[in-house]
Amino acid sequence: MMKPFLSIKNLTVSLKSSKEPLLRSVSLDLAAGNVLGLVGESGAGKSMIGKAILGILPQAVEITAGEIWLNDQELLRKPAKERRKFIGASTALIPQDPLTALNPSRRIGPQITERLVDILDWKKDAALARALELLNEVQIPDPERVMHSYPHEISGGMRQRILIASAFAANPKLIIADEPTTALDVTVQKQILHLIADLQARHQTSLLFVTHDLGVVSKVCQHLSVLYAGKVIEASEIRDFFKNPKHPYSRALLAATPKYNDPASSLTPVPEEVIAEVEAEIFAPRTECSHVN
Amino acid sequence: MREHRKKTKQRLGIRLWLSGGWLLVLIAIALLAPWISPKNPLEQDLFAARLPPFWMAGAEPGFWLGTDSLGRDVLSRILEGSRIALLVAFIAGTATCLIGATLGMIAGFYRGWADRIISRFVDIWMAFPPVLFAILLVAVIGTGLTSIIIAIVVIDWTRFCRVVRAEAMTQGQMDYVASAQVAGQKRFGIMIAEILPNVIPTIVALLTLEMGIAIIVETILSFVNLSISSDAPTWGGMIAEGRTSIYQAWWVLIFPLIVLFLTVLSFSQFGEGLKDRYDPVLR
Amino acid sequence: MSIDCPVYQVQNLHLSLADMTQKSFFGSAPQINILKDISFDIMKGEVLGIVGGSGSGKSTLGRTMIRLLEPSQGRIFFEGQDITHLPEENLRPLRHRFQMIFQDPMSSLNPRRKVGRIIEGPLKLHGFDRISERMAEALDLVGLPRSFQGRYPHELSGGQRQRVGIARAIATRPDFILADEIVSGLDVSSQAQVLNLLADLVRELGLTLAFISHDLAVIRRLCSRVLVLKHGQIVELSTTERLFEAPSSDYTRELLNAIPLPDPDQIWATN
Repeated sequence: MMKPFLSIKNLTVSLKSSKEPLLRSVSLDLAAGNVLGLVGESGAGKSMIGKAILGILPQAVEITAGEIWLNDQELLRKPAKERRKFIGASTALIPQDPLTALNPSRRIGPQITERLVDILDWKKDAALARALELLNEVQIPDPERVMHSYPHEISGGMRQRILIASAFAANPKLIIADEPTTALDVTVQKQILHLIADLQARHQTSLLFVTHDLGVVSKVCQHLSVLYAGKVIEASEIRDFFKNPKHPYSRALLAATPKYNDPASSLTPVPEEVIAEVEAEIFAPRTECSHVN
Repeated sequence: MREHRKKTKQRLGIRLWLSGGWLLVLIAIALLAPWISPKNPLEQDLFAARLPPFWMAGAEPGFWLGTDSLGRDVLSRILEGSRIALLVAFIAGTATCLIGATLGMIAGFYRGWADRIISRFVDIWMAFPPVLFAILLVAVIGTGLTSIIIAIVVIDWTRFCRVVRAEAMTQGQMDYVASAQVAGQKRFGIMIAEILPNVIPTIVALLTLEMGIAIIVETILSFVNLSISSDAPTWGGMIAEGRTSIYQAWWVLIFPLIVLFLTVLSFSQFGEGLKDRYDPVLR
Repeated sequence: MSIDCPVYQVQNLHLSLADMTQKSFFGSAPQINILKDISFDIMKGEVLGIVGGSGSGKSTLGRTMIRLLEPSQGRIFFEGQDITHLPEENLRPLRHRFQMIFQDPMSSLNPRRKVGRIIEGPLKLHGFDRISERMAEALDLVGLPRSFQGRYPHELSGGQRQRVGIARAIATRPDFILADEIVSGLDVSSQAQVLNLLADLVRELGLTLAFISHDLAVIRRLCSRVLVLKHGQIVELSTTERLFEAPSSDYTRELLNAIPLPDPDQIWATN
């Protein structure tokens, strides 16, 4: 395997007050230009990984151990200011909720360009031209009018396109997409996922894709890591995983996922024994998790 | 997770105990004032005017916190003043709350024409400068405890009305209201059984805050000589008097001010503390 | 189970609401038509799926059926009785016979009430006897321990909360239940549990159900017939099998093709 662009080593994130870990020694690698899916149920800590990379963890938690390597630089040992600058220049986020991610009282245009101008010292004209180019690229009709619109004047799918454009604006090397289509209709979700995949391939961006939906993962990712209670319990290549999931919990999760073409093998709840097994493995770790490749 | 919550809860408990303790002491003082006051709060003694508090040179034994310009004992007057302060706080606060919250609930839950009438009324009401309004009112209906209380209610009911209306409106859009309707609950029943328990925490916080504010309004009115008669000791009256002799006898101003400050603070903290302690929904 | 008696008959239903965002200062707001000429029946013991994207009017249709909203035109019959414009006081005695389970259990369970009292609510209103017994039975039926009656909703997980919502709906043993997107906020495992539970209850209690969802994939588990809505109009109404094997409308096909199956080999190109 080629040298990973993003490499997380034994990252542990805990609650400050009770020291309860939310991420337990998470390790993962993402090669340049690849897409890695992070899958898990709510509370598994999948969003926490993206937040740790971006340095936007909530106040109540802290990183207690581990390393985050991005493009051969270790993030956590950098001074805060330098780290922010480095992350700001090389990564971007596509958030879950397109409604709250845009400031409702400001026009769209400046919300896309200001990051380029303020943080990356672009010229205003250049930033404006780039924004228009990107809005074209995400297939927004009449981008000039949209630049002058307020968020409430456009539809949810359009807003998500704008956030995608905004994420790709500064040519980031890494994009973290945090459940970017959860709030959307299936038909819109399909368009948006195609759009993200196209842009990712064209710009050769590395993409960390956080989702709870195994169907979505199978469409956009090359690798995936399955999380349970803050622990990576399986990391696989995508076809391997769907052909032959190794961990019993992964198998159970796949069996619980609805498949309209195969009702017999869908919507089976994760059995109690499997939960007990995976919890025993995590909370009393005797050996390293054997299912990780 | 749970333990962490419990810990914050305990820390907030201290706030409740401190503020509640002060208010309890104050209530006890108000009830027992005639018996525990070291001196007669109304007795003047011009030869003992402007005596300093006990630790300063020139203090007289028995006048713990000194005397004012007419030789009246500051401590006794503060103790006696707590009666009116608490009366004003409880009666005016509760009356304001009842009127404002009821109208706010009706406007926020029933919406429609009831809301339009009440809200317009509130808008118009709030366009008057409140203190000026109170002064005018007291000037018309005369001074005395009753008029102070009426003045406070008249000034402040709109605050309750607006906040409770907004809260009832938010709660009214929740699905549990639709669910109660599906279950066959009557509109009025929904308001009382479903909405009210969810608005109560807000009302309680506002109510205790209002009790503090009522004391402050009484002080302000005293300042412009429109409170109870100037003989009856009120904290506001004492502060107003103390202002005139601040350079010669700062204690006449400072001690009632400290008590006033602690009391108003305790009221608001008590409300917040109650909410944290007894609201089943942890925010 | 008798198939001949329709629990619901909906005939040429229209619903329009005033669009307050377009309201001019003087004069009335323009009307938007949310439901257009909708007709269908629901038979006893049937589970009807109502599917559509956001803005298709599926939730509005559901809320009109149980008369949380009043239609502008058309007729709704519940067990043969015309309830289209029945005033609330005449509806009230009927209300325990059609119940609803809501999308967001956090919002539909009163946060300052304990689970037991939430489930007892409808029972008390309709003067049922043995209230606490029925409440406990309802908890048993949805597979929650009886000790949960002393808990507040925020002390439960998402799946458990949705079970409380179901328990409240079945406590009065209604003839009809409307389930509005009840699994869309849940993890796949809880989603599967809730759907299985509902399927069991339909069988055991002989419930008639309208199941609203944006997700065709979960419809297949539960429903015998499916109604597809688009912009407030029915574009397809057929048996579940027919719908999945040979969808007749383009929109249904588009919806089906958009579902990402957990299979990297699925052909999932944009049309």
